[in-house]
Amino acid sequence: MSQVPTDRVYNDSHEWLMDNGDGTATVGISEHAQEALGDLVFVEPPKIGDELSAKQACAVVESVKAASDVYSPISGEVVEINEQLSDSPELINGDAYGEGWIFRLKIADPSEIEALLDADAYGEQIADD
Amino acid sequence: MLIHDHSHPGRRAAAQAPLTTPDCADLPTALRRQRRPALPEVSELDTVRHYTRLSQQNFSIDTHFYPLGSCTMKYNPRACNSLASLPGFLARHPAAPETHSQGVMACLFDLQEILKAVTGMHAVSLAPAAGAQGELAGVLMIRAYHDARGDHARREILVPDAAHGTNPASAIMAGFEVREIPTGADGDVDVEALSRALGPQTAGIMLTNPSTVGVFDRNIQIIAERVHAAGGLLYYDGANLNAILGQVRPGDMGFDVIHMNLHKTFSTPHGGGGPGAGPVGVAKHLEPYLPIPLVARASDDTFVWQDEHSHHDSIGRLTAFGGNIGILLRAYIYARLLGGAGMKRVADYATLNANYLLKRLSEAGFQLAYPQRRASHEFILTLKREAKNYGISTMDFAKRLLDYGFHAPTTYFPLLVPECLLIEPTETESKEALDAFVEAMIAIRAEAEQEPETLRTAPHQLPVKRLDDVRAARHLDLAWKPAAER
Repeated sequence: MSQVPTDRVYNDSHEWLMDNGDGTATVGISEHAQEALGDLVFVEPPKIGDELSAKQACAVVESVKAASDVYSPISGEVVEINEQLSDSPELINGDAYGEGWIFRLKIADPSEIEALLDADAYGEQIADD
Repeated sequence: MLIHDHSHPGRRAAAQAPLTTPDCADLPTALRRQRRPALPEVSELDTVRHYTRLSQQNFSIDTHFYPLGSCTMKYNPRACNSLASLPGFLARHPAAPETHSQGVMACLFDLQEILKAVTGMHAVSLAPAAGAQGELAGVLMIRAYHDARGDHARREILVPDAAHGTNPASAIMAGFEVREIPTGADGDVDVEALSRALGPQTAGIMLTNPSTVGVFDRNIQIIAERVHAAGGLLYYDGANLNAILGQVRPGDMGFDVIHMNLHKTFSTPHGGGGPGAGPVGVAKHLEPYLPIPLVARASDDTFVWQDEHSHHDSIGRLTAFGGNIGILLRAYIYARLLGGAGMKRVADYATLNANYLLKRLSEAGFQLAYPQRRASHEFILTLKREAKNYGISTMDFAKRLLDYGFHAPTTYFPLLVPECLLIEPTETESKEALDAFVEAMIAIRAEAEQEPETLRTAPHQLPVKRLDDVRAARHLDLAWKPAAER
């Protein structure tokens, strides 16, 4: 089973979210998701300034097998995107929880973060796959 | 090796080289080429050998069993091609007047009638030039219908998660938003999730039935009732029409609009980027919006084109002239050769072949994605267990099938089944061909267990080895350039 760090929370559609402690949060896809997708060839991030609502499809990751939507785990305004992904989508395959982050957003409602899955709950979910 | 790699300055193919240099003195200087285009300079014999060799390296229906799920790679009878190539069809100018086109127009009119009869729709337009264009036309008609009623709140199209990717793409292109509906564990659309998604914002639902998981949705009547009760329309994706030809009609299932992939069900040539044809059929309430032109029979029994002058509310033209008439003629001839009883036999044998293959592979220990269901014309295996036990992927398995002389089934689609193979044998394969495929599958699984590296590095017997598709997708190299410019 793929690794699930305990320093962040997860969406049931396989995104992770890390609260940066400064009113912003960083979002990416889980190790399990990148494994299932295989080698990524293209990432379309959201646009800076996009106002996202929770569970909204906001980015696309494409591998040689499939193209998948990435859903924002919480609502908020996109404040930064990982520019490196446009030339190096493989960063997600190599380091899904670090260099492969996709975007940062301004947290609109902190209570939405509490509704997300912790590492144990997400680990259980993917154990069934 | 590309044709350019055979190039030597000054060589000419007599059959291809222009006899005279055209005079372009009246073209503005700014629009003229400053240097010659990078065309290959190749002798006629080298050209013939190059393309003959390429054609021999190709996997095709004419050379191999081709069970590519959801694509209906059936044999195209040669008669369709030779009859559609009669000089009266081939030499007709697209701008020829109706009086000089009665033969062709009679065929097209008949084809409209045949497609109406076999799908149970009220009217058919042959105009769309491909399945995807038919889809767009269908969704645009749904939009035109709601707009004409002033029902502008209907902004959402529902699409099951098993759908072809073209469905959400067509809906988005037509200006709708897409909401995904989950598929239940038995392969049918999750009716309760569908009911929760329906509302005054629902423009319609796009369904493929039998679906891409290879089963006939048993709840289609309930789905139709609920979508209609919510004010939405039902769109039928004709991708899998082969399974139900002459057996059950989308019109009778409650569908309001349908597109047909003639290259699948009606045996016109596949692929190569076209030309294609994707006729659309509609229920009566959508008839005013059909794309033009249409062929009609006038009161004096002559055939006439109908365009925007008689169809003011049409979504418009999709192609120049009458669509890809050469393709439409092939489908017409195919339908006439089969007749009504023959069409029923198509579906009988398409489903029989699929279920025979399903049964044999299942008995051989392969895992079915929907073991409790009978297949329609195709079915899904999951190689999850083999992947886990032997450390091989479905892609490795598929590549190894090429070595055994079989085109691989569809891999990794639909996305909701992990490590899947979608297998569609079609009605034109013999029992012996199906048996040989099963034997190859069994042999490859034994290899996966004993020598998995053979699979991981497959294919071994083909002119090209395993391609690096990741690198190809990341570093696109689509246009040939002379060595000096590379």
